Amino acid sequence: MTTRREFLVLAAASLAAPATVEAQIDPNLAANRKAAFHAALRKIVGDAQVQRGKVKLQLPPLIDNGNSVPLSVTVESPMTEADHVKAIHVLTEKNPLPDVVSVALGPRAGRATLATRVRLADTQTVTAIAQMSDGSFWSDGAEVVVTLSACLEEGLI
Amino acid sequence: MARAVVTVPAQAKRGEIVEIKTLAQHAMETGFRRTQTGDLIPRDIIRRFTCTYNGVEVYRADLQPAIAANPLIAFTTVATESGTLSFHWAGDNGYTVTEIAPIRVE
Repeated sequence: MTTRREFLVLAAASLAAPATVEAQIDPNLAANRKAAFHAALRKIVGDAQVQRGKVKLQLPPLIDNGNSVPLSVTVESPMTEADHVKAIHVLTEKNPLPDVVSVALGPRAGRATLATRVRLADTQTVTAIAQMSDGSFWSDGAEVVVTLSACLEEGLI
Repeated sequence: MARAVVTVPAQAKRGEIVEIKTLAQHAMETGFRRTQTGDLIPRDIIRRFTCTYNGVEVYRADLQPAIAANPLIAFTTVATESGTLSFHWAGDNGYTVTEIAPIRVE
């Protein structure tokens, strides 16, 4: 037999439960991801300046399903022994991990290109960075609107 | 089951830039998903893709969980000499696949 007092305690506990579930979503998620993005960027470029241009990042502007998004990067370069692209990196701002792919290439590649398919967790800006043989860094960004996130649990911001 | 498909032109002119497409069969489990009981599904992805042309590395990609399942990688290389292009995928849980494609250069 449940007494009135016990019932009230249980009712109060059940009302309090949803609040604890909400509290599990990290309120600093957006800030943490931004910090992770900048940490990943620094790891790639170090203290060097990243200039806009030379790189062309192509992504569809609107995506229904973030699980498979066609992405292509093209870098303007003669790809000779003296002047070529050494690496291409792709970073995201709001994925659980900022890194997407890193490519190492050289004059034997002929053209500095990369085409692949990526997962995107949220509507965000994707960044491509190219490292040249002279040590300079060039970048391009693309805004993408994602209607269905790739990782729903982590994508709720 | 580990399978991969590569598309390489059978022949090319010397110095020509040839397009290569590769596709590996892999679920690319991110390590961020959970089962219905809330357990985290461990990460299982392809970490590295390398393409070597007659033993010389021409293209290498380090993949992250943000690469979609069945990773497609398309790139180019210069047809320098006849020989073989070797493609190698390596990943978590000892996943390795090697695919070889011949190319004839005139």
